[in-house]
Amino acid sequence: MLTFALRRLLAAIPVLFAISVLVFLIFFATPGVDPAARIAGRNADPATLAQVRHTFGLDRPLPVRYLLLMKHLLISRDLESFVNRGSRVVPQITHAMPVTLSLVLGAAVIWLIAGVLMGTAAAALRGTLVDPLIMLVGVIGVSLPVYWLGEVVNLFTQNRLHDSVFAWVPPLGYVNLTDDPLQWALHLLFPWLTLAALYAGIYARVLRSELVAALNEDYVRTARAKGVSERRILIRHALRCSLIPVVSLFGLDIGALIGGAALLTEVVFGLPGVGKLTYDALQNVDLPVIMGTVLYAAFFVVLANALVDVVYAKLDPRARHV
Amino acid sequence: MSEPLLDVRDLRVSFRTRRGTVTAVDGLSFSVAPGEVLGVVGESGSGKSVSMLGLLGLIRDPNATVTGQVLFRGRDLVTMPDKELRAIRGRDIAMVFQDPMTALTPVYTVGWHIAEQIRAHEDITRQEARTRAIGLLEEVGIPDPARRVDSYPHEFSGGMRQRAVIAMAMACGPALLIADEPTTALDVTTQAQILDLMRRENAGGSAIVLITHDMGVVSRIADRVLVMYGGRAVEEGPRPAVFRTPRHPYTWGLLDSVPRVTGPRLRRLPAIPGMPVSPLDIPDGCAFAPRCRMRHAACTERPALAGDRQHRDACWLPTDDRAALRREETTP
Amino acid sequence: MTVLLRASEVVKRYPAGRAGAVHAVNGVSLDVRAGETLGVVGESGCGKSTLGRCLVRLTDLTSGRVEFDGQDITALGPRRLRPVRAGLQLIFQDPYASLNPRRRAGDIVAEPLKVHRHGSAGAIRDRVAELFEVVGLSAAHLDRYPHEFSGGQRQRIGIARALATRPRLIVADEPVSALDVSVQAQVLNLFADLQDEFGLTYVFIAHDLGVVRHVSDRIAVMYLGEVVELADAEALYAAPAHPYTETLLSAVPEIDDGSDPAPRERIVLTGDVPNPSDRPAGCAFHPRCPYARDLCRTERPPLTEAAPGRLTACHFPLVSSSRAGAPTGR
Repeated sequence: MLTFALRRLLAAIPVLFAISVLVFLIFFATPGVDPAARIAGRNADPATLAQVRHTFGLDRPLPVRYLLLMKHLLISRDLESFVNRGSRVVPQITHAMPVTLSLVLGAAVIWLIAGVLMGTAAAALRGTLVDPLIMLVGVIGVSLPVYWLGEVVNLFTQNRLHDSVFAWVPPLGYVNLTDDPLQWALHLLFPWLTLAALYAGIYARVLRSELVAALNEDYVRTARAKGVSERRILIRHALRCSLIPVVSLFGLDIGALIGGAALLTEVVFGLPGVGKLTYDALQNVDLPVIMGTVLYAAFFVVLANALVDVVYAKLDPRARHV
Repeated sequence: MSEPLLDVRDLRVSFRTRRGTVTAVDGLSFSVAPGEVLGVVGESGSGKSVSMLGLLGLIRDPNATVTGQVLFRGRDLVTMPDKELRAIRGRDIAMVFQDPMTALTPVYTVGWHIAEQIRAHEDITRQEARTRAIGLLEEVGIPDPARRVDSYPHEFSGGMRQRAVIAMAMACGPALLIADEPTTALDVTTQAQILDLMRRENAGGSAIVLITHDMGVVSRIADRVLVMYGGRAVEEGPRPAVFRTPRHPYTWGLLDSVPRVTGPRLRRLPAIPGMPVSPLDIPDGCAFAPRCRMRHAACTERPALAGDRQHRDACWLPTDDRAALRREETTP
Repeated sequence: MTVLLRASEVVKRYPAGRAGAVHAVNGVSLDVRAGETLGVVGESGCGKSTLGRCLVRLTDLTSGRVEFDGQDITALGPRRLRPVRAGLQLIFQDPYASLNPRRRAGDIVAEPLKVHRHGSAGAIRDRVAELFEVVGLSAAHLDRYPHEFSGGQRQRIGIARALATRPRLIVADEPVSALDVSVQAQVLNLFADLQDEFGLTYVFIAHDLGVVRHVSDRIAVMYLGEVVELADAEALYAAPAHPYTETLLSAVPEIDDGSDPAPRERIVLTGDVPNPSDRPAGCAFHPRCPYARDLCRTERPPLTEAAPGRLTACHFPLVSSSRAGAPTGR
């Protein structure tokens, strides 16, 4: 198992390398985009531009620039932002990580519980009205874009009903867990619910269809013939097998989210996480920060993929011998 | 005459579909004596599997209706609440299905499955259940049972898996084992081993209902035979009688069209014309009439199962000399 | 008695990761004579389906030779193979999976005619209608989709497709296994009728010993990728030469309807049908053979003529002039 995990992680290295080269080429080597011009400003004269180029090593050959960038980013970790001069990329990311982690992990707990409950109830009660009702709720969750839902939530909690129903809701922003746990949770409550609404719907639907398929399998028929109760069949047989693909999906989603895919949620709720960092960097075309956040995101996606494979093998004995 | 272990009376299983009501089992009556092996023979659409699933309450389709009487040791299974039926399933009546590859939940070990069967009906500890599971695996001839009890189903071959499934079914010592095509998915040498195993279980006192399309299998193991067609019983009787002096034209057709390993080699086999009737399309009157060379005016009315107590058939042909009629049928 | 298809030392090997390699077909040589039906019988893992695919070059051989109608087709590329394919066809096992569900029955049968440029669209249409009639389907069936047919009818469509280009030899891989007993007899009769009408040669692959007995003139018994016995059908069933054949025949549950006075003695094999990735040394069958002796454990027996017309791969065949074997009590 350990060698398997290590092998998968080692396989990640070429992937990350390829991604870094691709990002580099897109942002740093696109003809027509002159990083120097961005840094120096629109009306810089040629001398200033040449100066800037030299300072930032932009006049060196491409491969050298790439290597320099990687060195500064990964080894000496003193790569500086183009936009916020003096501010280093790596610390920016590490400061933003706890915010994103708080948001994602909290939402994940909520959406997992909600999704599993909804999916299981819908499958167990299929044929009754409850099933399509639950699925409708799920579809609504999936369909409402986060940026819209978030703004609507803000409209009510921060604006319209702020003085009455939602007086207890703090203003937008983030509070460290270590500083004030209660405030930390309150600040994150609505972001959690907004993000979870989307994923709960997806997971409820996926789980429901997996469960319905599982309940039609031969092994469920065997269990019934053994005299096992329906409840035990649902949970120990059908759910146990249906959760396997759901767990895989979960791992991939978490990986992407920690990497910064919760971007819109963070922006809407003013949370200074990695997503917001990426968003700002893209808006300002702050190339070093972009490189840093993209690599960071890619790393987590690759890591999540590898972990999912390992966990899958743990859950499904048939996958172990491959 | 001793009381039958299982007494099925006028069992009917129908499904409501978009195309109307489909009657998969249409008034089936038969009985199984304690310790007896009943072979149920039929092709696709004969209703042989659906009838057994129906009598055990294993049909979960909300559009299905099961009526009739199924008396097991005097108690009617059709009207019994599911909770009581569950107590009977697995403990008094066990069922084994066709495909061993998909029969067991893949994420649990074989030992876990057997233990689940036992603990569904008996109050024993996990350790005791495991010990019993090892013993059961040994009984059915699985080598190295103490180690294999912790193996997963996919680590077993088809034949071994079917043995494990039989071991699990017999775990609580059921009085009746229903086996639905248990050897169809297996090689012929493995099939022979599984049939031997089932004979041993039968010798231990369990009655067996063996559903199959293979006349040879029935001939090797059954005490009595029930031939089904179109959801109905068309012939029923002791095995030697049904095979040596079959009475129903469908049975003649089945026996004649099977290519044998002994006897004369025929380049062309006598074949029943047409296709097995689909449950969607059962004609009024005798279900077999459209394919029967001996059909006549009376066949527009459905024949009842009639004959002497032992050997009965559902056919309007005169009962006197069926053997002569059969010879007549095969000569062109 | 011309040889239409000849296989010489055909080997098909599949790499299997850490387990080394699986020899699905492990050195098979046989001749198929024009006009005959050669039955190939065996249990799962014996390699009969793989052999069938090798014979029609649906898979490449790892080594060995296949000659069809005097021409060596072993290493022909797709272009050179195409005209050969017109004469050498395959019928598949699963009537539910071998027909494209998105195409109409008529189009499925017309496809080989189009590929081999049979003629104009009209000529093709006529030929398809003719083929449908030959296999017992009607013109009404031409425009239907596979899911609208029963298993037996679908198999007939597969047969019509194989017949389209007027092949000389058809390899039929388990063509009736998925069919009901009564339908099986009809399809087998169709095979016989077509053979008589068109002078076809068949290689008939099946696991059902009863079916193979009735359709075949000669029969090859396969075990773990090798032919262990090859003989006339009548002789093989009356007196098997190879211990495996004997066990196989004794395992078949026979219908007791009073017609057979002397039922066969049962020989119970222990253990499972072996895995082709795990071939024992010496004779492949020796671990389960009731007559195994020391020589069997070390030396692989070649396929030799134990008695006139009886080929068998056994050091101590059951049929020979000097039979000296009693079960050694395994």
